[in-house]
Amino acid sequence: MKNAGSVGIVRPEKIAFDTPLTLSNGRVLSRFDLMVETYGQLNEQKSNAVLICHALSGNHHVAGRHSAEDKYPGWWDNMVGPGKPIDTDRFFVVGLNNLGGCHGSTGPTSLNPQTGQDYGADFPVVTVKDWVKSQAMLADHFGIRQWAAVVGGSLGGMQALQWTIDFPDRVRHALVIASAPKLSTQNIAFNDVARQAILTDPDFNEGHYARRNTLPGRGLKIARMMGHITYLAEDGLGKKFGRKLHSDGYQYGYGVEFEVESYLRYQGDKFAGRFDANTYLLMTKALDYFDPAADAGNSLSKAVQHVQAKFFVASFSTDWRFSPERSKELVNALIATGKAVQYIEVKSNHGHDAFLMEDEPYIRAVAAYMNNVYKDIRS
Amino acid sequence: MNLRDDLQLIYDWIPEGSRVLDLGCGDGELLSALVTHKKCSGYGIEINTDSVIAAMARGVNVIQADLERGLEEFCDHSFDVIVLSQTIQSMQNTEMILRGLMRVADQAIVSFPNFGYWRNRLQLTLGGHMPVSERMPYHWYNTPNIHWCTLKDFDLLCAKNKIRIRERAVMAGNKRIDRFQNLLGSLAFYRVG
Repeated sequence: MKNAGSVGIVRPEKIAFDTPLTLSNGRVLSRFDLMVETYGQLNEQKSNAVLICHALSGNHHVAGRHSAEDKYPGWWDNMVGPGKPIDTDRFFVVGLNNLGGCHGSTGPTSLNPQTGQDYGADFPVVTVKDWVKSQAMLADHFGIRQWAAVVGGSLGGMQALQWTIDFPDRVRHALVIASAPKLSTQNIAFNDVARQAILTDPDFNEGHYARRNTLPGRGLKIARMMGHITYLAEDGLGKKFGRKLHSDGYQYGYGVEFEVESYLRYQGDKFAGRFDANTYLLMTKALDYFDPAADAGNSLSKAVQHVQAKFFVASFSTDWRFSPERSKELVNALIATGKAVQYIEVKSNHGHDAFLMEDEPYIRAVAAYMNNVYKDIRS
Repeated sequence: MNLRDDLQLIYDWIPEGSRVLDLGCGDGELLSALVTHKKCSGYGIEINTDSVIAAMARGVNVIQADLERGLEEFCDHSFDVIVLSQTIQSMQNTEMILRGLMRVADQAIVSFPNFGYWRNRLQLTLGGHMPVSERMPYHWYNTPNIHWCTLKDFDLLCAKNKIRIRERAVMAGNKRIDRFQNLLGSLAFYRVG
């Protein structure tokens, strides 16, 4: 994929929805905004649209750069662009910031029209189902009746799966990558540790930190540091840092001594500076709640029995938070109901984050699949 | 349609519209032909990454998995036909997989290189070394094949497990062999169940 290009300079767009949206918990958002970025051209039949669903801390900025000086491109720039596996010369690609996000879509940092103040802790917990509902409204906005593909990794993969269940005739292909049909107990446990770090930060102020001009930065930083460790694998982390020391010899104190400590603290600080704590809380809750089988008598096969989409499922060998076995649960449910599915288990030492990396067979497999998606919409 | 000779034989044995599970499906050549020309549906299981991606490119339902871990995730009689093409000789637990085939599908088509082929016998008896031949292109130290058998051996294994042999065919080169099969055939095909 070395010759593939970039989508170049891109500009996000805020799209307003004035139709009320009833959420899973019964609360109603009378209006909301979604922050969106699109790449490529929607064809005349509107059949070449691809929705990219983001993971826990993601947003709408999937590919390209916001300015020439932009240091980093969008979070999936290696996957999306002209000549890349999700080829913007062929597809109209839509990235969005989910409801409850903190990068322009309506969320805890937005103004609550009913109070004139920011939502803060009052923003309702949203679920994967709610996101899919709002994304269907986004599809309507573009006049897209059916997505050529809905694609996502991790929490994004859950959205892709939920799409195929809630709107069977509106998804042609689903790409579910490094994901799971529901979280494991251990995952829920990790999420709660992250939430506790935030909730117990003295600056959290029951979620209304913005009104009080405080920021639970320490809690958010710790949550991210812990999360970051679990997204990587010992293979990769060990190779990168080993027991390398930051300075000469042990200091016999609690400052930064090992390189890995320095790396994690830097990552934590960077994250705490750009992400909203309430958003982190509600995104991890959305992860915990996701369980389409629960709506179908605890049978995943029943949950997917009316699915019409064809599936591409990928997992990564060292991903211990969303292990290959979890992806296999989905694959087996699809096989049991006779659905079309392709599954690859990629050897990688990048852990859960591998879905954002460039392991060669992974990129090649997605390219092969998307090439068939393209053939499919042209036939 | 230009199938590899051995796959053509298996293709011909599979009824139209069957639900097929192709174990060790390689690049999906057989499955793709069955879906396109015989209205079959099905899944291929393959462990090799390059083969999996090649099968993906063909658009067949390919699942990357290790057959040694068994067929437990498949329900009883969930397929009409299971294909195990030139794979059984490289498996650890041959008997377990054979029983698994009979549980998951109504019938199975199994093909394997015949160790009893006369050239193999000659190499061992006269040459005094492990055979290397058209269907067995490996040396003893680098072969993935760990469970060699002859037609006679496979007959006995089926009898022991009360598996009915419905059909048997043998090839040498790209020709069918009808007489002295255990001696003259380099590749054996069984339709059992």
